[in-house]
Amino acid sequence: MTATNLNETADRVRRRDASPVLRMSETAAANLDGNPADPADDERMIMNMGPAHPSTHGVLRLILELQGETVLRCKPVVGYLHTGMEKTGEQLSFLQGPTNVTRMDYSSPLFNELVFSMAVETLLEIEVPERATWIRMMMCELNRMSSHLLFMATNGMDLGAVGMMIYGWREREEILRFFEKVTGLRMNHNYIRPGGVAADLPDNWQADLTELLDVLPERLDEYDILMSGQPIWRDRLQGVGVLNTAEALALGATGPILRSTGHQWDLRRDEPYLAYDQVDFDVIVGTYGDSYDRYAIRLNEIRESLRIVRQCIETMPKGDYRIQDKKVTPPPRARIDQSMEALIHHFKIFTEGFKVPEGEIYVAVESPRGELGCYLVSDGGAHPYRMHIRGPSFVNLQTVPYLLQGGVIADGVAAVSSVDPIMGEVDR
Amino acid sequence: MADQDPGAAAGDAATEPPRRHGALVASSRGQTVLHAERAQLRTLVAALTAEGFDQLIDVTAVDYSVADQPRPLPAEVVPERFEVVVGLLSHGSRERVRIRVQVPESEPTVPSLFDVHPGCEALEREVFDMFGIVFEDHPDLSRILMPEDWIGHPLRKDYAVGRIPVQFKGAPSSR
Amino acid sequence: MGLITDVRDHGFEGLEHNFLTGKLEDFVKWSRARSCWPATFGLACCAIEMMATGAAHYDLSRYGMEVFRASPRQADLMIVAGRLSQKMAPVLRQIYDQMMEPKWVISMGVCASSGGMFNNYAIVQGVDQIVPVDVYAPGCPPGPETLMHAIFTLHDLIQSGELTQRREATGRGAGVLVEQRDGQAVPVIIGSR
Repeated sequence: MTATNLNETADRVRRRDASPVLRMSETAAANLDGNPADPADDERMIMNMGPAHPSTHGVLRLILELQGETVLRCKPVVGYLHTGMEKTGEQLSFLQGPTNVTRMDYSSPLFNELVFSMAVETLLEIEVPERATWIRMMMCELNRMSSHLLFMATNGMDLGAVGMMIYGWREREEILRFFEKVTGLRMNHNYIRPGGVAADLPDNWQADLTELLDVLPERLDEYDILMSGQPIWRDRLQGVGVLNTAEALALGATGPILRSTGHQWDLRRDEPYLAYDQVDFDVIVGTYGDSYDRYAIRLNEIRESLRIVRQCIETMPKGDYRIQDKKVTPPPRARIDQSMEALIHHFKIFTEGFKVPEGEIYVAVESPRGELGCYLVSDGGAHPYRMHIRGPSFVNLQTVPYLLQGGVIADGVAAVSSVDPIMGEVDR
Repeated sequence: MADQDPGAAAGDAATEPPRRHGALVASSRGQTVLHAERAQLRTLVAALTAEGFDQLIDVTAVDYSVADQPRPLPAEVVPERFEVVVGLLSHGSRERVRIRVQVPESEPTVPSLFDVHPGCEALEREVFDMFGIVFEDHPDLSRILMPEDWIGHPLRKDYAVGRIPVQFKGAPSSR
Repeated sequence: MGLITDVRDHGFEGLEHNFLTGKLEDFVKWSRARSCWPATFGLACCAIEMMATGAAHYDLSRYGMEVFRASPRQADLMIVAGRLSQKMAPVLRQIYDQMMEPKWVISMGVCASSGGMFNNYAIVQGVDQIVPVDVYAPGCPPGPETLMHAIFTLHDLIQSGELTQRREATGRGAGVLVEQRDGQAVPVIIGSR
C-alpha cells in the first residue's frame, strides 16, 4: 500500500469530520475546499437514524447528511450500550473474567471467552490439554456458524427478505440447542475458562452434532435459492457499500470486510492458534468489496465451519478437558465431599482466585467479525490490572461512513447491515 | 518482560540495548515490544509502516498509578502514570509489534497517529474518553462512549467503579 | 366450554347463540390483553433472545404479538431487553413517553431489572428508575420460555384489570416478579392459564 493511498483516506476522513454535523463551525466548514456546507442550502438536511431504529442493529446511531436521498456524509455515534466492562473486568478475578467478557459480543460469546482465556494462559505460561483445545475449536466454529446465521437472518430482514429472518433463526435454534446441552446456556456460556473448558462434552455428543451437520448443508442451499441467485437480492447488494483493500487496511477493518476486498487474511490460517494448523479449511475471499461479497463470504464461511466441525468430530482426542494444574483448576466435585484440602482449595480458587505473574500481553483470535484482541496487564495479583478488548465491530464501524458516502439512504441500510456490528462489542 | 528479545539483542547486548528506529526493543512473553518516546511516536509508526506494518490494530492505554509493584521496564525508560499502547500488524511478514509510550500525568498528550493510520480515529477517541489522554492533531477528539457532558474519565484508577445515581434528570422518576 | 367444542365441530352452525352479552369494560380488557403489540427496544444480549422468541421455533405470533412495531406510537408494550446505559436512559424515557396509553413495560433480564453483574458507573441500576415496570423477567439472558412466561403474566394482569387500577392509583407499574422457566430439566407450565 502506498503512502498516497493512506493520505487520501486520511483526507476523506478529515473532510467527513469537518462537517457541521460533526460540530465544526459552519463558516469554517463552508470554507473547506470541495466540501460545500452552505447552511442556506435547503436541499441539504441532517437526519438522525437511531439509536432506537429497527435496522441499525441495536443501539447504533447514525447522523446522516443528505441531499435528497443521497448520503453526503455520515457519522456513527456509539456508546449507547457502554457497559463499563473493562472497568468491571478489573474487579473480577481471572477465573471470573470470562463471565464478564462473554457478554460483550453476545452473538459470538465463546470467542470472547476464548481470547480472554488465551491471554490469561499466555501470562501464566501454561498449556491447555489437547482435548480442551479441540473442544474449544469445535465450539468456536459452531459459534461462528450461529453468529453468521444470525447475520443471515438480520441481513435478510433489513433488506425486506422477512422470510429469511425465520429461516436463519430456525437453524440457529438447532445450534443453540447443542450449546445448551454442552454449556447449560443458550448464550453467555462462560464455558471456555482459563485452563480449559468448564465441562466435558456430554454423552452422545457426536450423534447430536452429526444430525445437525447433516441437516445444515441443505438448509444453506435453501438460502442460495432464496437469496444468492435472486435478482432483487443481487440488485440490492451488488455494488453497494464498496471498499477497496487499501481503504480497509487503513481503516483497521478486519474479518469479512477485509476479506471481501480480495485481501487474504484470516488469523486462523495466518497466525494459527488452537489447532487450526491441523484442520483443513479454505479462507473465503471476495473480489469487489461490496455488500454482496460480504454476504457471500459469511454464507460460505458457514460451510467451511461445517468442514472444520466434521474434522473435530473425527479427531477429537481423548484426555482431560482442563489442565490438571492445582494452581488454576479447582478439584473435581467428587473429591470435595471427601477431602478437607480439596474443599479449601475449591473455596480459595473461587473466592481469591489464582495469581497471575506480572506482565502484559496481546492475544488475538479470528472472531466472526474480525480480529478480536485482548490486551491484558497483570501486576502479579489475582485480578487483571487492566483488561482491554479490541472489538472488531468497534473498529469496523469506522468503515460505515465510506460505505454510505455517495449512495442513497436505502442502500445505507444494506451497507450497515453488511458490516454486521454487534453493539455490545462496540461499546463494551 | 525485562528480558531482552534474543534475536534483536544478538551482538553487544551487554553494552548497548537494541534499538529499532530509535526505540528500545524489549520482549514480553515472546512478543516484541518497542518503548518509544512521545516525540518520536509518529515517526516511529511511519517508519514501521514503511517497513511493512500496514495495519494499526489497536490503541489503548493503561493507568499505572495504583500498581502493586513498579512495572519492569528497561532502565532507560522513565515510568510515568499513563502508558499508551499501540499495536501494529504486518500482513506481509505476519508479524506484530507493540509500542509502549510513557505519558506523564502532568501533561497527558500524545501525537495522534491519524495521518499515518486513519483507522486509529475511533480508538484514540476511546482512549481520550476513558483516560483523558489528549491526542494532538486528532480531527475530532470528543467523547465517544460516554455522554458528551460526562465528568471524569472512567478507566482512570482514581475513578470509582461503583454504583452512581442516574445522571439523567429529564423526567421525574416514577418509582 | 360446550360452546367452543360445538364451534370446532360444526363451525358457526354449532353456536347456540350467535351473540354474546357482557360488560364493555371486560371486552376492552380482553382486547387489550389479546392484541398487545411490543415496541422494538432491543438493547443487548436479551434482544437476541427476544428476537428468538419472535422467530420460528417459539413463534410469538401464536399470541398475536409477532408485530414488533418500529414506531412507539403503534406499540402497547415495551420490552426493555438488555442493559440500559446512562447514555441510553434519556432515549428510553423518550420512547416510553411517545407510546400511547395504556402502555406496559416488561423489564427483561437482570441487567434491565437491577443492573445485574454490571454494578458500575455506566449502567442504570434498574430501569424502574426511569420507567414504571410491570413485570420483571429474570435470567441472563432470560430464555424465550421465561419471556413468554412474563408476557402471559402481563396478559393476565391486563385482563383482570389489576394493572390498570394499580397504575392509576399509584402511578407505578405492577412490579411483578416471575420465575425463570427456561433451562429446566422437566417440562414446565408457562403462564398461569
